[in-house]
Amino acid sequence: MAALSEVLYVDTVEPPVGAEPTVVDLSASDVRELNRALHAPDVAVTAPRWRVVHPDGRHSIAVGLDAEVEVEVEGHVGYYCAGMNKSASVTVHGNAGVGVAENMMSGSVRVRGNASQAAAATAHGGLLVVEGSAAARCGISMKGVDVVVGGDVGHMSAFMGQAGRLVVCGDAGDALGDSLYEARIYVQGSVKSLGADCVEKEVRAEHLAELTDLLAAAGIDADPTAFRRFGSARSLYNFHIDNAAAY
Amino acid sequence: MCGIVGLHLREPSLYPRLGELLTGMLSQVCERGPDSAGMAVYGDPRWSPPGSATVSVLPGAHRAEEVRAAVAAELPGADVAVVDAGQTVLVSAPTEAEALVTAVRAALPGIVVIGFGEDLAVLKGVGHPEALAAEVGLAAAQGWQGVAHTRMATESAVTPEGSHPFAVGPDQCLVHNGSFANHATIRRELIAAGMEFDSQNDSEVGARFVAAQLAAGYDLEKSLKLLCERFDGFYTLLVSTRDSFAVVRDAIACKPAVVAETTQWVAMASEYRALAGLPGVESARIFEPEPEEVYAWQR
Amino acid sequence: MTIDPALRESSTFDRATIAEIQRAADTGIYDIRGGGAKRPVPHFDDLLFLGASMSRYPLEGYRERCDTDVVLGDRHATYPLHLSTPVTVAGMSFGALSGRAKEALGRGASEVNTSTTTGDGGMTPEERGQSKHLVYQYLPSRYGMNPDDLRQADAIEVVLGQGAKPGGGGMLLGQKITERVAGMRTLPMGVDQRSACRHPDWTGPDDLEIKIRELREITDWEKPVYVKIGASRTYYDVKLAAKAGADVIVLDGMQGGTAATQNVFIEHVGIPTLAALPQAVQALQEEGLHRKVQLIVSGGIRNGADLAKCMALGADAVAIGTAALIALGDNAPERDAEYRELGSAAGFYDDWQAGRDPAGITTQDDELAARLDPVQGGRRLANFIRVMTMEAQVIARACGKAHLHHLEPEDLVALSIEAAAMARVPLAGTSWVPGQGL
Repeated sequence: MAALSEVLYVDTVEPPVGAEPTVVDLSASDVRELNRALHAPDVAVTAPRWRVVHPDGRHSIAVGLDAEVEVEVEGHVGYYCAGMNKSASVTVHGNAGVGVAENMMSGSVRVRGNASQAAAATAHGGLLVVEGSAAARCGISMKGVDVVVGGDVGHMSAFMGQAGRLVVCGDAGDALGDSLYEARIYVQGSVKSLGADCVEKEVRAEHLAELTDLLAAAGIDADPTAFRRFGSARSLYNFHIDNAAAY
Repeated sequence: MCGIVGLHLREPSLYPRLGELLTGMLSQVCERGPDSAGMAVYGDPRWSPPGSATVSVLPGAHRAEEVRAAVAAELPGADVAVVDAGQTVLVSAPTEAEALVTAVRAALPGIVVIGFGEDLAVLKGVGHPEALAAEVGLAAAQGWQGVAHTRMATESAVTPEGSHPFAVGPDQCLVHNGSFANHATIRRELIAAGMEFDSQNDSEVGARFVAAQLAAGYDLEKSLKLLCERFDGFYTLLVSTRDSFAVVRDAIACKPAVVAETTQWVAMASEYRALAGLPGVESARIFEPEPEEVYAWQR
Repeated sequence: MTIDPALRESSTFDRATIAEIQRAADTGIYDIRGGGAKRPVPHFDDLLFLGASMSRYPLEGYRERCDTDVVLGDRHATYPLHLSTPVTVAGMSFGALSGRAKEALGRGASEVNTSTTTGDGGMTPEERGQSKHLVYQYLPSRYGMNPDDLRQADAIEVVLGQGAKPGGGGMLLGQKITERVAGMRTLPMGVDQRSACRHPDWTGPDDLEIKIRELREITDWEKPVYVKIGASRTYYDVKLAAKAGADVIVLDGMQGGTAATQNVFIEHVGIPTLAALPQAVQALQEEGLHRKVQLIVSGGIRNGADLAKCMALGADAVAIGTAALIALGDNAPERDAEYRELGSAAGFYDDWQAGRDPAGITTQDDELAARLDPVQGGRRLANFIRVMTMEAQVIARACGKAHLHHLEPEDLVALSIEAAAMARVPLAGTSWVPGQGL
């Protein structure tokens, strides 16, 4: 097996000297204004830190970011928070709706509460941490992202997971890793059932090292040796009639 | 496709605010359902006077007073009252609910009955949901429980009859977000069993199926489990009766559903932002229903 | 000629059906092929134009204008697409097609100032480099999807489905998953791609509304958002797409091609383009959105007559896929010997899923792909699109129209009852439109 990839370490938030956060109150402003300001070409220099208050479940907060900025959202967000994130660091002090960090490319997103369905869907890189639980389809179609969940994940998590790592400190729901490609899954608690072509695999030294790094990056205290590893059996990689029942 | 909101109040001191809170919730699910809307309120004394049964109808060309007079003629001696509520007329009389429905249908053949019961008022209409809510004065409604639904019609026409909730049993309401896939066959079965339908809407099939199970003696939880077994499709359902409030999702659970619960109320909506304005939501227990599990709260 | 009574073919169990049953028994797998529905269905050939006569006057060629330009996506976007011809190039993936083929399509389209569309493999530098107007597809698989390419695109096309397989996902077999394709799609090389048939993070038009807004937010509301559907329950689908916020709707009928799908899916699911188009126009008209939300039609568009008929029935533009590949050189007669080596023949070859294309178009093999000269291919595509456009102008002028969009249903009659019913125009020589008012 090829060497396992490097994990992105997320530093604790240290404000650059003199950089007071730009505060946006979404009960007075709107999401379109906020995103437009966050997309300004020089935002990492002129306004590297942001505080968003009264999100009240609004959708598409801090989407399409492409700069090294820090965004703290104080409250619950709706769908697609931090969608297609690149380089930015977004923290939701609350729950996140459907598709948080969907298609993220790099950077990090942290949800202090729970995340709804399709968290980190199709994401290519970066780190999503959900301190609470994530709902169904966590990491669906993941393409390289790292996802660490402090609680449980719902059914069909890592469905068609192509690359990246999913770490679940709680329990996993039905059909974990259904139709998996090369994504790696680690679960500390129980797994309700495994999906098509997903099997338990041996945990070797390199997996423990990988898991240790991921837990540290997430800032979650858990014993790596308590986790089981799951991956693709690779039997659906080319069609054989004897596998027809799996389809 | 649609938006659902529902509010079940546990704290009587909040009953006077039911309409205000429901209106706020409804305003957050209009983009996902811009065509038409329906609302149901349990316990508003103007709309469903205590001691009387209430039947909600779409009067068509009839004016409210015509409806009153025609129904009164069918019920000599009974004090029949009507409320003109936008595109809906509410008819009340101190009789049994079934008897009042019979009288209404006899008085005005072909009229569309959109709800009936002891404490239920159902109001439906075509047009933007916020305009409809204003038209009927939802914000002033009181009561212990309400559901509302904003509609984006999928495979049937935009008509008031096509709006949810479908209230096809006494004090029963069903609202549906999603799309059934095999309802045409189930509709034929229910018709063969003697049921009549008001629309081509797939949700109506769900409502009448549940009503049939309840009438057969199953409780609400069992009725919804039977629905999950029989119906294909993706759906989030909110079903209310006079003393219960229940939520269920299909096995695949692609359509959204968020529940928030405090000691004072239980609320459910398609999107969290519809719950964001409820009093005490900051400390509510917020969760998403698991697939094929019935979550029910009793009064 | 004597007829041998022993050789009377069954209609139900004809030779093709017999061969397919035998193949299925041999292999245990369904037949997968490229292309669209092959069987005859009512199509635009069943319609005719009523040219100028005593009551209508034609326009002269050359001096008397018949314009062909079209604006796509001006409902919300800051930068709608301004094209010189309503013939656009449909979405076809890098992976299904070679990189050189995508480059050729870009070259040809730019030469005539029209658009091309990426496919289920993401955006290649060849296509972005050559294509003046590039529509970026947003598919259930999300292979290669990334915000940089999204920001570089001229429009975004959210794909629900395609005409060859409404309800199905993409398919690319292992033999075409080369290192480059695998890299773009984040897949292991040589592995059969399994594609999702639903989007991972939304289901239904109510949630699509939120997703479209997200895509607009990511790209600062600059670009038109298209929604592509395979023709099925078209009347409802178009209404829902419009309500969900689509700026442009792309409607692909059952004759629309694919690079690889089960034959049974291609032939038995979805409805003809002719049957879908009037439903779509009616849906938009009822919403007051006809011409405000533009309609692009694809699925068996082959020539200027098809283009003109689509315009007359209310489309704003068309997209060509199969026809574009043929223009590039697919099924070229010069390669007949090689097609025969593959068990086919020039004019019949549709095993695009196999990746052995002698014309170098539907292959990832470097040697075969090198046979396509992107500059010459681009020229051929440009020629073909020009011919389509001019043919449509000839027809439109004959009907007295100063712009292709001025063609209307009343310019058409039908040759068959089915076509009349589907197109909602009268049977030629009568005033009868079957299905209306009966």
